[in-house]
Amino acid sequence: MTEPSTYISHLELGEKDETYLDSNELIINMGPQHPATHGVLRVILKLDGEKVLGTECVIGYLHRGVEKIAEHRTYTMFNPYVDRMDYVAAVSNGLGYCEAVEKLMNIEAPPRAKYIRVILTELNRIASHQLWLGTHALDIGAITPLFYTFRDREEILKIFEKYCGARLTTHAFRIGGCQYETYDGFEKDVKKFLDFFRPKIDEYEELLTTNRIWLERTKGVGRISDKDCIALGVTGPVLRASGVRWDIRKAQPYSGYQNFDFEIPIGTNGDTYDRYLVRMAEMRQSVRICEQAVAGSPEGPIMAKVPKVIKPPVGEIYHSIEAPKGELGYFIVSDGSTQPYRLRVRPPSFVNLQALDLMVRGALVADVIAVIGTLDIVLGEVDR
Amino acid sequence: MVASLKRQFGSGVSEASTYLGQSYMVVDRSLVPEILQVLRDQEQFDYCVDITAIHRPDHAKQFEVVWILYSFPRNERIRVKTAIADGEAVPSSVPIWPAANWLEREVFDMFGIHFDGHPDLKRILLPEGWKGHPLRKDYGIIQQDSEWVQINLGIESGQ
Repeated sequence: MTEPSTYISHLELGEKDETYLDSNELIINMGPQHPATHGVLRVILKLDGEKVLGTECVIGYLHRGVEKIAEHRTYTMFNPYVDRMDYVAAVSNGLGYCEAVEKLMNIEAPPRAKYIRVILTELNRIASHQLWLGTHALDIGAITPLFYTFRDREEILKIFEKYCGARLTTHAFRIGGCQYETYDGFEKDVKKFLDFFRPKIDEYEELLTTNRIWLERTKGVGRISDKDCIALGVTGPVLRASGVRWDIRKAQPYSGYQNFDFEIPIGTNGDTYDRYLVRMAEMRQSVRICEQAVAGSPEGPIMAKVPKVIKPPVGEIYHSIEAPKGELGYFIVSDGSTQPYRLRVRPPSFVNLQALDLMVRGALVADVIAVIGTLDIVLGEVDR
Repeated sequence: MVASLKRQFGSGVSEASTYLGQSYMVVDRSLVPEILQVLRDQEQFDYCVDITAIHRPDHAKQFEVVWILYSFPRNERIRVKTAIADGEAVPSSVPIWPAANWLEREVFDMFGIHFDGHPDLKRILLPEGWKGHPLRKDYGIIQQDSEWVQINLGIESGQ
């Protein structure tokens, strides 16, 4: 394993001494207003020619103090706020939060609610991966996939809109289950989408998987080993592309994922290309899960018996789910009142972004763009 | 497992139990980072999920630092907690898990808790030069460092 000290970059900024002009090292600033940083991420790069010697991320431009807000809202009032963290996978955020509070109160959502949750969460995982694929390919120079993925993502957003009225920040779930029963024709719409979408994944793959430019730009780029991933706490598709078969849906199943038959795709090299393959395979698995959930969804209530005023007993809970980007955890401390005493969000993007420095050292500036894309970060979640 | 650790460390582990099926233990500040090292090396907790803190102004030791750990080989989670007074520092766990780097920086930023031996302890989400630590209970929800806002953003208020 690499020595811990190599993970930390020390960019001596602001020290413009006499040798500065003579040295070959150059410090340049990328972002926060940069189309390829996927939001307001600022990266300070230390370069030797075009080679990256070290990086430092400057984050916090989108900090809204979500954890502080949580302490001043009731459990129910805070529910819509979680959608604003990872706004391209709002449904996953809501699922994690609702399940954490349910666990703290020792209640369980009814089976039908769990199935609805699984369908929407997996559709959202597909939507999140589609957005990642479109923008990631665009950053690297392939424009076409963006139009394809956004065209198909629209169909998922339409289902969300018909289900709960919102397309992006859905607030689809409530503590104890779901607020809305599915609309007439929901199952038909989902099935129609899955049949429509399956050949589309092949279409994306035709554009990229054997494309020579794509291979040149992604193979061997931003390589990270399984040991480094674990040491740095990296989770999600990035960890799996390095060869670790670990997915919370299988390791510690929640929301009835143990009832579904699906596989965890893994990679071998831990490079940008493998991460691309893993996410493509994950979309196929999500389609599989959705199909089973639509076919097997039971009848029954969609809301558990939840008191009108949500007041969890004194105690604390950590609950995490497999969000499209990795492990999304909620640590909630209750003092027995209607508001959380402390609510901590463990965001996958924030922890994964820490690995950027290790992944781009020794690479070229253009590879930094590829690695930011492949980490699949959302700054709303990094900064919270 | 928590019971055997309690035997090993004696009175330093004041509480070791499970709540809602989740194991946790409360340890004395002097056992950090030794007990964390033992957890990683002997008990295989190789993944540091999260480091965070809780501010309890009504306690004598105001802050609780929490480590949430996971073990890939055992598929288990554990929480380690320790209480410290305001101004007291905690040894950094960056040498044990490199993942602790940004997590400790965030705790420092939000609570003002210092981590001894951290390679680069500075603010992460708030700008450098900001006064106050927002997740302390005495920091108001609409409070801000108005001086910083006026100088750096050139506006009267950020609200």
